[in-house]
Amino acid sequence: MTARLGVILLVHTAFDRAEQVARHWARAGCPVVIHVDRAVPRARHDAFARALSDEARIVFSRRFRCEWGTWSLVAATQAAAETLLSRFPDVGHVYLASGACLPIRPVEELIDYLAARPETDFIESATTAEVPWTVGGLHEERFTLAFPFAWKRQRRLFDAYVELQRRIGRRREMPDGLVPHMGSQWWCLTRETLAAILRDPNRAAHDRFFRRVWIPDESYFQTLARRHARRIESRSLTVSKFDYQGRPHIFYDDHLTLLRRSRCFVARKIWPGADRLYDAFLTEAAGRAGRAEPDPARIDRLFAKGAERRTRARPGLWMQSSFPAEGRETSVTAAPYTLLHGFAELFEGVEAWLTASTGARVHGHLFAPERAEFADGATVIEGALTDSAALRDANPKAFLTSLIWNTRGRHQCFQFGPRDDQSLNWTIAQDPNARIAAVTGAWAVPLFRSGRPAAEVRAEAAHLQAVEADHLKVLRSPWTAARIRVWSMAEVVATPAQALRSVLSDMGAPEAAELEMPRLVDLEGFGAFLQELKNQGMHPYLTGDFPTGPASQRAAPRPPRKPYVVREP
Amino acid sequence: MGLWQSYKLRWRRKGWRARAAVRGRELSRVVDRTSAIRPGDILLFATERDEAVRLPYFLRYYRELGVDHFLVVDNDSTDGARDYLAEQPDVSLWHTARSYKRARYGVDWMNALLGRYGHGHWCLTVDPDELLIYPFCDTRPLPALTDWLDGAGVRSFSAMLLDMYPKGPIAAQRYRPGQDPLEIAAWFDPGNYRSLKNPDLGNLWIQGGPRSRVFFADRPWEAPALNKIPLVKWHRRYAYVSSTHMLLPRGLNLVYDAGGGERASGLLMHTKFLDTLGAKADEELARGEHYAAGREYAAYARGLSETPELWTPWSEKFLNWRQLEILGLMSKGEWA
Repeated sequence: MTARLGVILLVHTAFDRAEQVARHWARAGCPVVIHVDRAVPRARHDAFARALSDEARIVFSRRFRCEWGTWSLVAATQAAAETLLSRFPDVGHVYLASGACLPIRPVEELIDYLAARPETDFIESATTAEVPWTVGGLHEERFTLAFPFAWKRQRRLFDAYVELQRRIGRRREMPDGLVPHMGSQWWCLTRETLAAILRDPNRAAHDRFFRRVWIPDESYFQTLARRHARRIESRSLTVSKFDYQGRPHIFYDDHLTLLRRSRCFVARKIWPGADRLYDAFLTEAAGRAGRAEPDPARIDRLFAKGAERRTRARPGLWMQSSFPAEGRETSVTAAPYTLLHGFAELFEGVEAWLTASTGARVHGHLFAPERAEFADGATVIEGALTDSAALRDANPKAFLTSLIWNTRGRHQCFQFGPRDDQSLNWTIAQDPNARIAAVTGAWAVPLFRSGRPAAEVRAEAAHLQAVEADHLKVLRSPWTAARIRVWSMAEVVATPAQALRSVLSDMGAPEAAELEMPRLVDLEGFGAFLQELKNQGMHPYLTGDFPTGPASQRAAPRPPRKPYVVREP
Repeated sequence: MGLWQSYKLRWRRKGWRARAAVRGRELSRVVDRTSAIRPGDILLFATERDEAVRLPYFLRYYRELGVDHFLVVDNDSTDGARDYLAEQPDVSLWHTARSYKRARYGVDWMNALLGRYGHGHWCLTVDPDELLIYPFCDTRPLPALTDWLDGAGVRSFSAMLLDMYPKGPIAAQRYRPGQDPLEIAAWFDPGNYRSLKNPDLGNLWIQGGPRSRVFFADRPWEAPALNKIPLVKWHRRYAYVSSTHMLLPRGLNLVYDAGGGERASGLLMHTKFLDTLGAKADEELARGEHYAAGREYAAYARGLSETPELWTPWSEKFLNWRQLEILGLMSKGEWA
C-alpha cells in the first residue's frame, strides 16, 4: 500500500470551518492531527473535539498557548508532528495547514502528486539575504538578536530590547553550524525529513536557539530541512499571499474562479464567511485538474496590484481616500496637457487650427475671470464640471486635476494669460505633465486692437505686464518640472512657424513638412501703439522690439534667436 | 500636533460626550431589543423623521448587507414610521419630540446611543436616504469588510456622500415604499468634486456634485460637505463632531492616505432627490430645523422650481461599485 498523506491542522478560531476542513481531509483517507490554541476556552475546545469524535482518523495533540511571532507555534507544530508520526506509521508526507486553509483541488490529486515525488520536501526555504518579504526591518537580525517579548502585546519592550541589543552589538551564533533559511510556514515534508528534524541529536540546542528567534515558524523547519532533506522543492504547496504590511491576503467568494484556475492544492486564508468557496471546494468533484502543476501567477498578480495601489495611487487622482501631502503625490495630474500663453491673442483661429492638426481638445481661457471657457462654448464638460468661475476659484487645483482626470485619453490644451487667475502658476510649472508654451507681451495685442487710446489702456497694460512678469519668474525658476518654452512676441512675429511647430510637437502631433499656418493677427500700427504706451510713461518690455513706423517701411527683422527653452525633460 | 492642541482637542471631545449624555436624556425608549445584540454584531444608528416611505427598502438593504441590529431615533414622525419601526424584530427604537437642531442635527442623540450600545462594535451611522456602497459589496457582506478592517488595525472607514438624482424633473417619478431609490435617482456627477484638508481635525473637507453645481454656484463655500466617515469600530470615548463628517479623536479622521497611495473607501449613495423632497423641503423650511436654518432646503425649494433638473449630458448612470471605483470616486485600496 502506498504511503499516506497526514495533515497537521493549527486551529484557534472559526471551529465550524475547521471541522468541515478536517472532515474533508479525513474523508480522503488522510489522518489529521489538530492543535487547538490553548487560549481557546476549554468548553469550546471540548465541544469541537466532541463534534469530531466520530472520525477515527482525527486526533488532537497537546495544546500550547500560541502567539504570533513566537516559538509557541513551532512547539505546537512539533507536538502535533510527533503525535502524527507515532500514531500513523504509514504516513509518508506531512502537510502543515491551518483552520483557515482550504484544499482547492481534490485531496486525491495532492496524494497522487506527492506519491509521484516520495522523496521531495515542499518547503519554501531561502537564505535571509534573498528574501524581500520581511516586515519591520528585521532581516538577519531575526536570528542574531534575541526576542523574548511579544510584538503584538509588548511592543515597547520589544522595540526597546531590539534597540538595546543593536547598541551593544549583540550577535547570537547559530548552533551546530546551521545556515539560517526562511520561508512560508506552510510546508509539506516527508516523514523522513520531519522525523530527522524532530530526532536530531542536537534538537535541544536547536530549540534553545530558535526559542528566541523572531517569527521562528518561518525559519525553524526551513533551516533544519536544509540539513536533513534529500530533495527540497523550495516552494509552498499552499498559495498564501501577504499584503504590504505582512498580513495574509484573504480569499472571498468572488475569488472562486481565480482559485479554480490556479490549480493550487491549498489556499489560505479563506474568510470564514465565504460559503461559496467552502461549498464549491469541499464537494467531491471540485477543481479536478489531473496532473497539472500549480500555477499561482494570476493570484500573485491580483494581490500585487492591490499592494501597488495601496502605496502608489492612480496618477492624478485626488479623492476621499487618497489625498497626498505636498510633494508626496504620484502625479498632480493624470495626463499630459498644454498651457498656451499668448497664442490665442496673436494667431487668428489658433484653437480650431490646433484641434484640427493635433486632435487635442483645445479650450479657451479656462481660468478667465468671467467663466471657464471650455472648447466649443460648452457650459458643462466631462465629469459634470461646469464653467462657473466661482466654483472653479473655490479650488482651482481641484478644478484642473478633475478636468485632466475626467478627460484622460484625450490631450487637453487651454489658453492662458495675465488676465486669468494666476493661483496655479507654481502647481502647473512643477507638474511634469504640463507643456507650457508662452509668448510674452501678447496681452498687448487685445489692448491694441480694442482701438482704445494708449492713455486709457496704460494702467491696464502695466498691470498685465506685471502679472506676466511674475508668471515668467515662476517659469524661469530652477524648481520647475514642466516642459516650458518662452518666446517674446517680437520673436514669434518674426518666425511664427518655429513657435507653432514646437507647440505641435509638444502636443504629440506628427512632424509635417508642409504646415498650413494660422494667420497672425493684423499688427499694422502695433509698433506705434507700443511707442504711444512708452510715451505715456509705461514700458512694455515683454513684447520685444517692434519698429514704430508703418509696416511697409520696416527694415527686415534681425535673424531671430533660438527659442528660449527653459527645460526639455 | 503639539501637546497643547492635543489637550484642547481632548476637552472638546469630552465636551461633545457630555453634551451627548445630556441630550441623550431627551430620548424615550419605545422598543428596546438591545439585549439581542451579540458580541461582534454590526450595528446601525439612524435618526429619522417622517421617512415611512423609505424605511422598508432601507431596512432590507442593510439587513442584506449584514447589519445585525438597528438603533433608531424617531424625531416625532407623524406618518406611521414609528409604528412601522417598532414592529421590526431587529430594531430598537427611541422617540423624541425635541429639537433636531438643538441636538446638533441629531449628532448628540447618535453620540448618546453610540456611547451606550456601540462600544466594541462596528457601527454604521447613516440617514434613511443613504445607502452604503463599498468595494466588492455585491459579493462580500459587511462583516467581510469589517473583519478585513479589524485585521488591518483600521478603526474607521470613509464613504463620501454621492448625490444621486433622476433624469428629468425631480418630481416626475413617484417613489413607492420598498422600491430601490436608485432605480429613480440613478444618475450622479462623476468628476466634479473638490477637497481640502481641515488642519484642525485632520479630515478632508469635500464639496461638489450636483448640489454645489446647481444650488451653490454663487456661494461655493456654503455648499454641503460630502466627506463622511459612517463606519467606525466604536469606543465609548469617541464622538462625532459634525454629522458623520468628522470625529474625535482625530486619528479616526485619517481615512485617506497622505503618502501617495490609496486606501479603501466606499460611497454613501445619497438618494435625497426623489419626488418626496418637494414636500419635505417646504416642511423643513417652515420648521427651520436643518443645517444653517435650512439654507440648503431654502435653496432646494427655490432651486427645484427654478431648475427643473440636476441632470447634465455628462451625468453618469449608476451601474455598480466597479464603475464608481474606476471613476476614482472610491477605492479598493489594497483589498483585492
